[in-house]
Amino acid sequence: MSAPRHFAPLARLLHWLMALMIIAMLFIGAGMVASVSERHEWLLQLHKPLGIAILLLVIARLVVRFTTRQPPLPADLPSWQVLAAKASHGLLYALMLILPLLGWAMISAAGDPVMLGHSLRLPAILPAILPAHAQTFAMLRKAHGYLAYLLFLTVLVHLAAALFHAWVRRDEVMDSMLRGKG
Amino acid sequence: MVDPSSSPSRPPLSAATLALRLAGIAVVVAALGGAFAYVNGTLDPQRLTPKALVNILEQNNGTHPGFRRNHSKGVCVAGYFESTGEAGAYSTAQVFTQARTPVVGRFALPSGNPYAPDGSVPIRSLALRFTQANGQQWRTGMNSMPVFPVGTPEAFYQFQQAQSPDPATGKPNPAAVPAFFAAHPEAMPFLQWIKTAKPSASYATETYNGINAFYLINPTGQRQAVRWGVVPMSQDAADATPPQGADFLEQDLVKRLAAGPLRWQLNITLANPGDPVTDASKPWPADRKVLNAGTLVLERTQAQDNGECRDINYDPLILPAGIEGSDDPLLAARSAAYASSYLRRTSEVHQLPATQESRP
Repeated sequence: MSAPRHFAPLARLLHWLMALMIIAMLFIGAGMVASVSERHEWLLQLHKPLGIAILLLVIARLVVRFTTRQPPLPADLPSWQVLAAKASHGLLYALMLILPLLGWAMISAAGDPVMLGHSLRLPAILPAILPAHAQTFAMLRKAHGYLAYLLFLTVLVHLAAALFHAWVRRDEVMDSMLRGKG
Repeated sequence: MVDPSSSPSRPPLSAATLALRLAGIAVVVAALGGAFAYVNGTLDPQRLTPKALVNILEQNNGTHPGFRRNHSKGVCVAGYFESTGEAGAYSTAQVFTQARTPVVGRFALPSGNPYAPDGSVPIRSLALRFTQANGQQWRTGMNSMPVFPVGTPEAFYQFQQAQSPDPATGKPNPAAVPAFFAAHPEAMPFLQWIKTAKPSASYATETYNGINAFYLINPTGQRQAVRWGVVPMSQDAADATPPQGADFLEQDLVKRLAAGPLRWQLNITLANPGDPVTDASKPWPADRKVLNAGTLVLERTQAQDNGECRDINYDPLILPAGIEGSDDPLLAARSAAYASSYLRRTSEVHQLPATQESRP
């Protein structure tokens, strides 16, 4: 069986859906912590359910990733770019998974109820291992912020690399995520 | 995985085209990065941010690691709330229908200096956290004044600026606060009240008002604008001994609680249509209907440096189903600024005097 030329349709759908959600999420997060206006409140109320939605989708996406075949990188890609592609994809997956968990954990560590809406409450994450604790909250909250900036930078690098493939190298990398039947 | 079948057969780009395309990539990345830098405030330095609000409190009061950046001096209390059920027709919140809801609270002085003498301000505050059986919480921060001096976070910030030390003299400019009030006629109701307000000798004899408006949501989804407050159920005789020293409030509270629990009635005032819901500087007419929602019973006190209230952020927008915030702009600002203060102080817990003394 020859290697596919495109990502599986479900993988492409998840990629573009999550791309939109994650970029929205990064802007929502950066905006809400820098605002004292009503924006702070409604952005915060978007941030929490959207974060849990991303957590569920990234789990689905990891399953899709490991059960479908990926198109290979171009044969003439310099080895440092192959390495950069693999490392940045690994980092993207790790951050997509870790950031929502950190958000959930930091609210839990603050002893705050984890409200996803006016009446939907998630339980505290692992209360036995992670009871409400001020210093733990402070550590998790800072990690959430720093890693969100790292995710934004990684997204920028990913975007620049995708455009480099499309506009400069003119290979099939961008196309493999844009179209194809499988 | 590298594909051996795809061979590069593309004609090379001319130097000009290559430069243009690389520039195109740079423009896309810079546009996204720039938008992000605007949203996070880096490219919008004029915006009032939570950080700026907390910074000016630190500037005016000094930085006291581990302490709240405002209402820094206080004491933890705990007890419960006993509902009358009267508010149950207006709100689906469990706290109004269940017989008892545990409460952890905190009495405090409204200053960012944890060593301010108790007699230095005529205002006291009470913050409460009700933990419902369903795990949802209601947190509220109340003050002994009936209205807030101003109605917006921007005006509050300017009020803090008026109290900031002048870099030339190191002291606040004595003309700045009067000038601020002259420019802010909305502060009149507050100024009227403070003219006659005196520093009380006890936390126990004060009324505490939620000041900001909220909505109660009933089982059919109807929204009723309300303000709430707690009124003490016992008062001292007028000839009570005047307080001595700088820390009489906590000593008084410990003494009273040793003799038995303290009680307040939780009153919920219902707005009439047209009453100001988004401006905490404006009082509501005195004839509005008031519900007696139940009794707050405080039984125990703990020092704030290691008591349960220490690690609670009394964010007024942590609310259970059945209570929602209004569009009062101070609510979102309090929520945002408290989060900033909370992160600063939780990073500094080990620097609190009490935790340092207890170190080996």
